[in-house]
Amino acid sequence: MADDEPMHRALGLTDTEAADIERILDRPPNHLELAMFAVMWSEHCSYKSSRLHLKRLPTEAPWVLVGPGENAGVVDAGDGVAVALRIESHNHPSAVEPYQGAATGVGGILRDIFTMGARPIATMDPLRFGPLDDARSRWIAEGVVSGISGYGNSVGVPTVGGELVFDETYADNPLVNVLCLGVMPIDRLVLGRASGSGNLAVLLGSSTGRDGIGGVSVLASAGFGDAEAEQAKRPSVQVGDPFEEKRLIEACLALYDAGLVVGIQDLGGAGLTCATSETASRGGVGMDVFVDAVPQREPGMAPFEVMTSESQERMLAIVTPADLDAVLALCDRWEVRASVVGRVTDDATHERGRLRIFDREGGVLLADVPAASLHEDAPLYDRPMSPPEDLAARHADAPDALPRGDVDAALLGMLADTSWASSQYDHQLFLNTVVGPGGDAAVLRLGGPGLPRSQRGLALSTDGNARWCAVDPRAGTAMVVAESTLNVACAGARPVALVNCLNFGNPEHPEVMWQLSEAIDGMSEVCRALGVPVIGGNVSLYNESRGRDIDPTPVVGVLGLIDSLVRRPPPAALLDGAEIVLLGRPGALGLGGSRWAADVHDHRGGTLPALDLDAHAKLLAVVQELVADGAVSGIHDVAEGGLAACLAEMAVKGAVGFTTIAGAIADHDALFSEAPSRVVVGVDPSETAGLVVRVTAAGVPATVIGRAGGDRLVVDGLLDVTLEDATRTWREFLPRALSSAG
Amino acid sequence: MVLFPGSNCEHDVIESVSLLGGQADVVWHGDTDLSAYDAVVVPGGFAHGDYLRPGAIARFSPVMSAVAAFAAGGGPVVGICNGFQVLTEAGLLPGALQKNAGLKFLCTTVECEVVSTRSVLTAGASVGQVLRLPINHFEGNFTCSPSTLAELEAEERVVLRYRDNPNGSTASIAGVCSAAGNVVGLMPHPERACNALLGSADGQVLLRSVLSAARTPRVPA
Repeated sequence: MADDEPMHRALGLTDTEAADIERILDRPPNHLELAMFAVMWSEHCSYKSSRLHLKRLPTEAPWVLVGPGENAGVVDAGDGVAVALRIESHNHPSAVEPYQGAATGVGGILRDIFTMGARPIATMDPLRFGPLDDARSRWIAEGVVSGISGYGNSVGVPTVGGELVFDETYADNPLVNVLCLGVMPIDRLVLGRASGSGNLAVLLGSSTGRDGIGGVSVLASAGFGDAEAEQAKRPSVQVGDPFEEKRLIEACLALYDAGLVVGIQDLGGAGLTCATSETASRGGVGMDVFVDAVPQREPGMAPFEVMTSESQERMLAIVTPADLDAVLALCDRWEVRASVVGRVTDDATHERGRLRIFDREGGVLLADVPAASLHEDAPLYDRPMSPPEDLAARHADAPDALPRGDVDAALLGMLADTSWASSQYDHQLFLNTVVGPGGDAAVLRLGGPGLPRSQRGLALSTDGNARWCAVDPRAGTAMVVAESTLNVACAGARPVALVNCLNFGNPEHPEVMWQLSEAIDGMSEVCRALGVPVIGGNVSLYNESRGRDIDPTPVVGVLGLIDSLVRRPPPAALLDGAEIVLLGRPGALGLGGSRWAADVHDHRGGTLPALDLDAHAKLLAVVQELVADGAVSGIHDVAEGGLAACLAEMAVKGAVGFTTIAGAIADHDALFSEAPSRVVVGVDPSETAGLVVRVTAAGVPATVIGRAGGDRLVVDGLLDVTLEDATRTWREFLPRALSSAG
Repeated sequence: MVLFPGSNCEHDVIESVSLLGGQADVVWHGDTDLSAYDAVVVPGGFAHGDYLRPGAIARFSPVMSAVAAFAAGGGPVVGICNGFQVLTEAGLLPGALQKNAGLKFLCTTVECEVVSTRSVLTAGASVGQVLRLPINHFEGNFTCSPSTLAELEAEERVVLRYRDNPNGSTASIAGVCSAAGNVVGLMPHPERACNALLGSADGQVLLRSVLSAARTPRVPA
């Protein structure tokens, strides 16, 4: 920073924001206060650019126990069990330090879940990296997957699925999103708020060091420049310790079971400042914090460092003085450090509770701010937005007339087995995993340590598609949500909740704000039509790569409920001899936004195929029934890569070829179109007629398109590859691409 | 069931043992009294974070001297995954487990062949029986000296072998037992293979063997 740069700018605050702080305090803030406001008013913590738009999302349903705004959304899953769900991004830390960035992303989301009283039982990792022919992208991808593996496996929470995408748009700015699901007895729900004047704030877990200071403001709320600047940001990345987190989880769950906490809050972005001010302001009280009581990793830390450090594996519990000894004893058993660092106050002389920072109890007052001002008074921006100037021209530039080229090669280029990543993750712990990574959705039994076994099940899918959203952020996001709901339906589940992770570029660019607003509207439309509430989310802005914004990448996680999980859902695979039936609209539907157009012609124009929400709802219902009844032997939704990729993946996984009926897949369009609301099922030939009648009666078109058998993948007149080639390409693609030393 | 801070498979073993009619409790790593129990399982996970080396710190936990005494008295002791690593570090089983040959963590389901039934884990199975069992480890590459290997083979103490060696283990060894057959370690997770809904029930035969050994009265040595 330049020597003459004002302190607030160096901390990431604008001149207007600095003036607002002075107005709130009625005096100029001191350095510590300014640092606290800087982290809390960062884009990452305050959602100042997106809050206005997020309000448009539907968030309510009878089964929603906790909606957006708390640490995680919570729904009633039946049988006395509540499910907590959240998704987060750790994009910027992972770009700078892939292993620790990804590892601490996992650690952070777990804390969000057990803060709510739930035991984390599953995570999923939607990951997006730059192209595989770029050595730095490969280094980031390997580091991120190792970080998830190293932390997730050790902390003892299975990673049951996710996504793995490589695209030029993420060069230097990977998207590392992580979703976590937890379960709890419904009466153990805990909220992150302080209450009771005189109650104690007890800091649990790791000591506080100089790692991650300003992580939310310096790192997460700004784009990336040159390599040297990135090196300089490395100290802003935190370092994770999964063993500490494992003990912290067990200690906290034991504290809840013993009824020893009044409220609890994890320490994540903005560290102690966030945890103390949030618990106080949610509870409508004040809090005094004593800096010298915070266990410090090294001597000589300044108060602003202690208050803004993002050291990992820490929780702030509010406990009554009478329970303190029991809390300390329980923490001691789990070898978890516990220290009283503050006290809840109820100062009647102020309208709002004060967050006061002292150097020690009874010592010098270092900072004094209204606790709620760090949240409620955070800036709210209605940033300028406008569609790109060339939007009409881009929409007019349809890919449908592009030369078809080598269809066999185009298909083979789309096949990639992602078990290179998922085999590095424990995906089985807790004996819940019925379908792990690689299926349309992960399927879990509803249960977990300390909960009675239930016949119910959960299905979880995470989805995103930047190609669609780049063509049309509104329709593209709608298609992403539709695909995700269809994925859980293919597991026999009905979608009940959605969480989102909105990964976008620089919100100070009007086009990016337009993308964000459009995406939120597209999501709202589908969620309202299907009755799926949005129960939480995360917004990650300032994702810029080599000087340009990433393509808009809203990622959603959809939770589905299965009433009776007594048999394994059909795999996304063909069974030898099965008849292949397409459910949903047949025919050519357009190649706009398709993987084929991007892969073969680097073409990203045109418009997207239409999404009919009424037809989609009917499809969801019938698919869910077919799966629940065991009426199909294989099922897979048609998404990226169209029917071609769908059928090829089913063939490879079923180790059997297929031949389509002449004319059933009319042309190249029909092969690669990514039109939504379509599913391929395999069915015993003796039952095909009945299935077609049943599906048609439900208002969904059903077309017999071929039969599984033989050792070739044949689409009459369009495609002919051997099963052996397809399988080898699928299996070897990632290991080969990643081992290409560069 | 011995529980170290960082263990994580204890719930799964308890659930699977209960499913098979057994009863399991957790014994904290600081405790030293195993007199109430008929068999000991050291479960998988990351005892003490696997810091330094898997099992290197856990072997010093107070409970391990009780486990050694229990084993010396002929009691059935089974180490699964991290538990196997702990038992080798504690000297209750021969050999060591180093990083997988692929230098990556590996979670997948593999086929294992029962090669000896002279252990409390495999007594109820038959030689040549092939079991589909999940593996989930970074350090599962069993290694030992040539003389130890010769001794293990000669005494029929190799109890399970991978059919398609996933991690570089010497002689494809997935599990070994002590000279008396009452102490066994294996890298695969039989407790994760007790329910067809989850993909395999082939682990039942192994846990049933342990339960049966637990019910057999012993005369302390």
